[in-house]
Amino acid sequence: MRRASGWEKALRYLLLLAVLALTVGPFLWQLSTSLKGTTEDIYTSPPAFLPEHPTLDNYSGVADIVPVWDYALNSLKVAVANVLTNCVGAAMAGYALARLRFRGRKAAGLAFVMALLVPLESIIIAQFTTMRELELNNTLTAVVLPGAVSALNVLLMRNAFAALPYEVEEAAVIDGANVWQRFLRIGLPSVKGTLAVVAIFAFMGAWDDFLWPLIVLSDSDKFTLTVGLNYLHGTFANNPRLVAAGTIIAVAPLIVMFACLQRYFFRGVGEGAIKG
Amino acid sequence: MRRHSTAPASRTHRAASPWLFLLPGLAVVTAFTLYPFLTTVHQAFTDTRTLTGGSWVGLENFRTMLDDEQFTVGLRNSLLYVVMVVPCTVLLPLLLALLVRRQIPGVTFFRAAFYTPVVASVVVVSLIWAWMLDDRGLVNGILTFLGASPVAFLGDQWLLLFSAMALTVWKGLGYYMIIYLAALANVPPELHEAAAVDGAGAVRRFLSVTVPAVRSTMVLVGALSSVAAFKVFSEVYLLAGPTGGPAGQDTTLVMLVQRVGTGLNGRVGYASALSLVVFAITLVLMLLVLRADRREEPT
Repeated sequence: MRRASGWEKALRYLLLLAVLALTVGPFLWQLSTSLKGTTEDIYTSPPAFLPEHPTLDNYSGVADIVPVWDYALNSLKVAVANVLTNCVGAAMAGYALARLRFRGRKAAGLAFVMALLVPLESIIIAQFTTMRELELNNTLTAVVLPGAVSALNVLLMRNAFAALPYEVEEAAVIDGANVWQRFLRIGLPSVKGTLAVVAIFAFMGAWDDFLWPLIVLSDSDKFTLTVGLNYLHGTFANNPRLVAAGTIIAVAPLIVMFACLQRYFFRGVGEGAIKG
Repeated sequence: MRRHSTAPASRTHRAASPWLFLLPGLAVVTAFTLYPFLTTVHQAFTDTRTLTGGSWVGLENFRTMLDDEQFTVGLRNSLLYVVMVVPCTVLLPLLLALLVRRQIPGVTFFRAAFYTPVVASVVVVSLIWAWMLDDRGLVNGILTFLGASPVAFLGDQWLLLFSAMALTVWKGLGYYMIIYLAALANVPPELHEAAAVDGAGAVRRFLSVTVPAVRSTMVLVGALSSVAAFKVFSEVYLLAGPTGGPAGQDTTLVMLVQRVGTGLNGRVGYASALSLVVFAITLVLMLLVLRADRREEPT
């Protein structure tokens, strides 16, 4: 093993700290802005990184001009629904594709692969007209439905189930377990890791989504956080403190979630990237 | 004997249940991806509007595109986005992965921290950047403190677009870094050490050891990021505003789809034709990147 010299080590840490400042710095700057009171100048040069008299006024202030907590609740509803539908739908479909033999299996698999190849942005107008035909426009249901069971998640679950050894299930077949029992008692417990990845990315995807809710929601009381923030930014751009408070409200839950479940986030990148 | 008696029952069971398993997934994917895709293809050749069904107009929508100045602008910006963003996205995260590759104290913290922008919503990070790049924001605060004159990042058509590109690259750094870390884990460190012993410098080692070892991952990152870059919407929409910056000059293709196709009098037919262009170019980009991979593959 080559020994790293002292200055090489120092240089490495110096670079790490520089990148840290670039990646996390903007979030801290936003947090700092959100804590600065109306009497404090936020335009100083050199910029003041620490608020002089930290205050939470902006957080109540932003709630006075837009219903930011309602937006957060809407986002939460959408995200939780997206997690449930994706976990259930993708696990079931993935199990059938990987473990059951039936006529039409290849065609069913192909449908999901084809769906994966269609970029969401190229069908978003047709999705919008579809929702209008179903009279679901401007509802949170319409926000959830198109991604309720994503093709990528189905294929991820299929791969997870396909990697399990057959012997365990054969024993259950001999014991007379039917296919639902095998799915619930043997299949699902063995793919918990992938299921967690699907759940986390479904939550993050729904919480962070912007283009689709922007198109399908028109009443401001139905807005999710991202659409609400866009509205806040468009209307109150001249008050950076309030916008900053709004963005911190939107990003804090995900950062906490990431801090707790880091392992699955990184695993999801690996599995999701090798799609198709 | 026993097997014979249970066989018919289990066969009917088998025939029905796989489709029950598939039902939720297939229904969603068919109704909200495959059917809308077919609708898009069909409507691209009609003059459908939001509230009125359309009639067949043949290639009219595509002819309209050629004379539509906003289409030219959108196509230019979206392609420019690919050209500028993809090289950065292929290279910078790789360098970052090399930086956090070795198990040194605190490296797990740095890896997690570098991933933070990926977790945050694109709306959140765009608003943070909009405030940082504001005429009187953080960046200009630092510039004036250093004696430089402030720059109107969000007032100029090109500066605005480049700012959005920088934002896209910045937001993707951590994501692609993790992909590269997984690939680098398969590169034996002995290769590096042998090269170092042979007296190869850092740049030489990077080019002759690291790059060949992770080349297929670089292609994968190139494919993923070029498709994503071409479809850019949120960053530019939020920094430039719904109308696409000064005189609409920062409109991207997907922004144009959104603007044309929505609203009470949305030109759904024309927006569908534009959507088909997005779809076609996305496919072409994918194929180009994957072909580049195959051609360079040593036989």
